[in-house]
Amino acid sequence: MVTNVLNYGRSGVADWVVQRFSALILAAYTVVMVIWLAVNGSELTFAQWQGFMGQTWVRIFTLLTVLALAGHAWIGLWTVATDYLKKSGVRVAFLGGVLISLFSYVVWGISIIWGF
Amino acid sequence: MLVSVYRYNPETDSEPYMQDVEVSLPEGKDPMVLDVLNLIKEKDQSLSYRRSCREGVCGSDGVNMNGKNGLACITPVSEVVSRGKLVVRPLPGLPVVRDLVVDMGVFYKQYQRIKPYLQNSSPAGGRERLQSPEDRAKLDGLYECILCACCSTSCPSFWWNPEKFVGPSGLLQAYRFLADTRDEATEERLADLDDPFSVFRCRGIMNCVSVCPKGLNPTKAIGHIRDMLLSRAT
Amino acid sequence: MTGLRKLSFDAVVIGGGGAGMRASLQMAQSGFKTACLTKVFPTRSHTVSAQGGITCAIASADPNDDWRWHMYDTVKGSDYIGDQDAIEYMCSVGPEAVFELEHMGLPFSRFENGRIYQRPFGGQSKDYGAGGQAARTCAAADRTGHALLHTLYQANLKNNTTFLNEWFAVDLVRNQDGVVVGVIAIEIETGEVVFVESKATVLATGGAGRIYASTTNAHINTGDGIGMALRAGYAMQDMEMWQFHPTGIYGAGTLVTEGCRGEGGYLINKDGERFMERYAPNAKDLAGRDVVARSMMTEILEGRGCGENSDHVYLKLDHLGKEIVHNRLPGITELSKTFAHVDPAVTPIPVVPTCHYMMGGIPTNVNGQAITQIKGKDQAIPGLYACGEAACVSVHGANRLGGNSLLDLVVFGRAAGIFIEEQLQQGIDYRLASEDDVDRAMSRLNALNSNDNGEDTAVLKRELQSCMQNYFGVFRDGEYMKKGRDNLNIMRDRVANIAISDKSGAFNTARMEALELQNLFEVAEATAIAADERMESRGAHSRNDYPERDDKNWLCHSMYHPETKKLTKRDVNFKPQTVDTFEPKVRTY
Repeated sequence: MVTNVLNYGRSGVADWVVQRFSALILAAYTVVMVIWLAVNGSELTFAQWQGFMGQTWVRIFTLLTVLALAGHAWIGLWTVATDYLKKSGVRVAFLGGVLISLFSYVVWGISIIWGF
Repeated sequence: MLVSVYRYNPETDSEPYMQDVEVSLPEGKDPMVLDVLNLIKEKDQSLSYRRSCREGVCGSDGVNMNGKNGLACITPVSEVVSRGKLVVRPLPGLPVVRDLVVDMGVFYKQYQRIKPYLQNSSPAGGRERLQSPEDRAKLDGLYECILCACCSTSCPSFWWNPEKFVGPSGLLQAYRFLADTRDEATEERLADLDDPFSVFRCRGIMNCVSVCPKGLNPTKAIGHIRDMLLSRAT
Repeated sequence: MTGLRKLSFDAVVIGGGGAGMRASLQMAQSGFKTACLTKVFPTRSHTVSAQGGITCAIASADPNDDWRWHMYDTVKGSDYIGDQDAIEYMCSVGPEAVFELEHMGLPFSRFENGRIYQRPFGGQSKDYGAGGQAARTCAAADRTGHALLHTLYQANLKNNTTFLNEWFAVDLVRNQDGVVVGVIAIEIETGEVVFVESKATVLATGGAGRIYASTTNAHINTGDGIGMALRAGYAMQDMEMWQFHPTGIYGAGTLVTEGCRGEGGYLINKDGERFMERYAPNAKDLAGRDVVARSMMTEILEGRGCGENSDHVYLKLDHLGKEIVHNRLPGITELSKTFAHVDPAVTPIPVVPTCHYMMGGIPTNVNGQAITQIKGKDQAIPGLYACGEAACVSVHGANRLGGNSLLDLVVFGRAAGIFIEEQLQQGIDYRLASEDDVDRAMSRLNALNSNDNGEDTAVLKRELQSCMQNYFGVFRDGEYMKKGRDNLNIMRDRVANIAISDKSGAFNTARMEALELQNLFEVAEATAIAADERMESRGAHSRNDYPERDDKNWLCHSMYHPETKKLTKRDVNFKPQTVDTFEPKVRTY
């Protein structure tokens, strides 16, 4: 069994499941947003948009999507990094950057969703 | 016909180069690429390549011909030659020992890693273990692997992580034992594969299927292993 | 000792085919430091090409099957010069050895009841020939050799055998007492020469079919073990006996298994006639291989061959239907499409008798000990063992039955392993090789390396192969064989004078091929002399000038002595231990 410190999940299966599950959430969120925008999009006002986003279920759904995005991106970029970045220093630096960015996005995302 | 062959002798060449050789093929025949290599070697004995059975069952002469991996002995020249030129290179992704000979160490290491032998500690009695024809049929398309490495060396995931990703050939063999009703080590085998590299680096691009000279389907076998790992986790 | 690196083992097996790996497995299992030294990665060995199966009375197809019936067939097949004690051992121990393979994981095909699938092969009978055709060949589709070889490699991995893969054995090293104490070998990847020292040296180097121009054998079948033993001065047994397989693909030489005929295929001439009915009214296409091959050649010589040049016949399978052909003979389907451009389920395959198997070899007893004769008495050569095609136990005599080679190699690979195990447990003492001893073994390699101006390997190989093909083929004749011998005599000095232009170390295949050609030549010469001097026709050895079997003078093994180039006779064993002797009879199928 291959082990690696910078491994997100416990196992390959966990990674794989997270990747697929998060993809489903992202897809579902995309579908909801596209439909809502198609229905309301032609004369969309800020109030309307805020109203929609302010509903509890949309807030929860968005939070879930932000977390899913972070997890999905992390596993994906970690995979890309371990494929193509062969120097461990470079890889650690890159993944560190990715980690900080993703963390910032999550915090920022939460503050946007729950902060108004 | 013009043949371009990859040449490298570590003792005399500072770097590899492509050598162009003009070969006259016997008329009215469509020789195999191995026949062409043999003709070149009769003139220039310094060309090195592996060969043994010359009928596609020993897996010695896996090479890259005009960009595609295959066995030189069962690949007719007409099938691969393009614009009148045959280009022969060693299998990609492995260190070159000399000319068309690659160091297959890491490939064999991955084969050994999956414990490629039947594990069954129950006493068998004085006769064979029974197996129904249906159960035996599960091994078809798996046991025929000849370890030529055409698949693994055409797999980008194996190029990037040859030490960690088992590769299509090794995984095909892994499934050959997982699928064998006589084997008792399913749990240990799966536990050993459940990490982000060994199996899950397969991205399903199916280069392995496209090049396998025996017409086997490693991608399908990998899919089966993934299913087994999933049902084991849930 | 000219600074050679030395590796030491309890036992070293030269050759990583079925016999070699079965022997090394046996010894590795009991914890001895065992090396398997092989010039190709083990699964590239020629055992991989065996197709039809392994013949053995495991009583699966027929619950009443009896190993004694198998023994009867084998003795008859050998044209009565197979040693009956050895055949008895092989046939009786066989089932145990085959079940072991199954337990190791060999993916045998199965019957509905879950037992190992067995198919009919040539020369098989029930009830000592009285009960009709038997089905005794255990098969893994038509890839039995491949399945067997891979299974043995896997079992060796499991038991931590040391593999010296892609190492080429050059010559035997003997100490001052004539004890074989190891070999000189080249690590091919680097070109480094190493003295591999060992208490027991097992030659399992396989056949030498490459002495003929047309052969089913792999490029690597160059009789390296036979060459080494002959150069060391040891006599070879029954070297005139070469099996021509009836069905090699015309033009390519690749093998089409006898299992095709076992599954119901048959041979036809240009008139579409099933001609084997004339030659072997009972067994027809499943007569002994020598009989079928000769019948085919007769058809061709008498103008009933197929094709533009009337130089081959057809193997017809299309009447069996797509399902049987593609399911039971998938490998054959593949090979026919590749090399004959036909789908056997639709079109017959063009075939011609093709050199396939060396019945002769290094004489051994059932324990794998190499034997020499001193004043007509058998004596074991200390330190040297042989098994598989390189050895002549002799279970095949003058003609091998299909499916018996795989059985031979597992049974006698195993037997040699067991015997050496016992010897090692008792302790083996010998005097270490001196510098001179090692230098002597280095002489051939040194000569090759220092020769700058000499003969070309490729040219000589072609000459040798066409000489053997023309003068020592299916039908032989004293007059022609004399010419062949003259050719070989002239060739001897040239073969000794080979020069290679490429003297580099790393993966130098030119050097290997030169060394291999010298081995081929030794085998060819032994074959030529033995063939010319056995003045009768028996089994695969068929002479126009002596068309009859001559039991009065030649019911014996031939022993070829390399130093005198003379042939002597050795008694055949007619004393099995648990059954009555099978007396020689007229051999018909």
